[in-house]
Amino acid sequence: MKKLAQYTPFILPGLVLLFLIGLFARGLFLDPSKVESPLIGKPSPAFSLPELKQPDKRLDQSLFQGHVTLLNVWGAWCVACHEEHPVLVELAARKLLPIYGLDYHDDPQAALTMLEKDGDPYTAVLFDASGDVAIDWGVYGAPESFLVDKHGVIRDKYIGPITPEIIETRLIPMLQQLQAEP
Amino acid sequence: MRVVLTALMLLYAGLALAIDSEPPFADPGLQARYEQLTHEFRCLVCQDETVADSNAELAADFRRQIHGMVEAGRSDAEIRQYMVNRYGNFVLYKPPMQRSTALLWAGPFILLLLALVIVARVVRRRARAQEGAP
Repeated sequence: MKKLAQYTPFILPGLVLLFLIGLFARGLFLDPSKVESPLIGKPSPAFSLPELKQPDKRLDQSLFQGHVTLLNVWGAWCVACHEEHPVLVELAARKLLPIYGLDYHDDPQAALTMLEKDGDPYTAVLFDASGDVAIDWGVYGAPESFLVDKHGVIRDKYIGPITPEIIETRLIPMLQQLQAEP
Repeated sequence: MRVVLTALMLLYAGLALAIDSEPPFADPGLQARYEQLTHEFRCLVCQDETVADSNAELAADFRRQIHGMVEAGRSDAEIRQYMVNRYGNFVLYKPPMQRSTALLWAGPFILLLLALVIVARVVRRRARAQEGAP
């Protein structure tokens, strides 16, 4: 009994140490570059932007009404967007949902060239020259994608390039759920 | 040596000014508010820099927005709310006091209290041990 008692001063520090190790271990598997968006569950911010391919046509948030939509934020200047692009082209070919693009801070010519060369997955592309609409959507690095429901409410956000794995494990299940909603 | 130092300092002074592309306000009060605000927000792409210090394009966009809002006469609270609505509390360097951050704010005081209790107990035990000794 006496032997055990001599270890008691170490019990509390030992527990604290274990707790900290646990905390740090969890921290190792968190990605600090992914910040949860406060916009999830909120209606799409209002905007009015020209269409990249037909600059005299303007589009606003009413485009989300009536169907589940993916809004992909990109730019021809964005390296990771080029990496993501073939995945979007493939997704568009499956015709699961309309994909709209939000091209920001971009040279329209470079964006058009990219779509011509690598394929165009977008139903339409909103062109945001100043980047103000991207800020309204809480965008901080491209690519980012938003899943918007039939009523124009933002339901999910994917930060970084969309991968086939994200499509199968997260996007499609969520899409089916949203499509089943009234 | 002094010449080299002066030259270096001048060089860096230029760099420091070059970061902010926004024109300064004519009113020094507005300029001070603008500078205060840009130091309060985190540039989310370069997470450990403030919006004022960062060269990232996102930070430049934030500065433009904040500049515009200060100019339009929006209050500091409104501007903070604007940023938090879009980017969440993470955009603030100083997290707000609320239920999810209560432990963060109270933690140091709880630890201090705990330490005081332990110190008091140890002191008392030693005092008693000394009384008991001849």
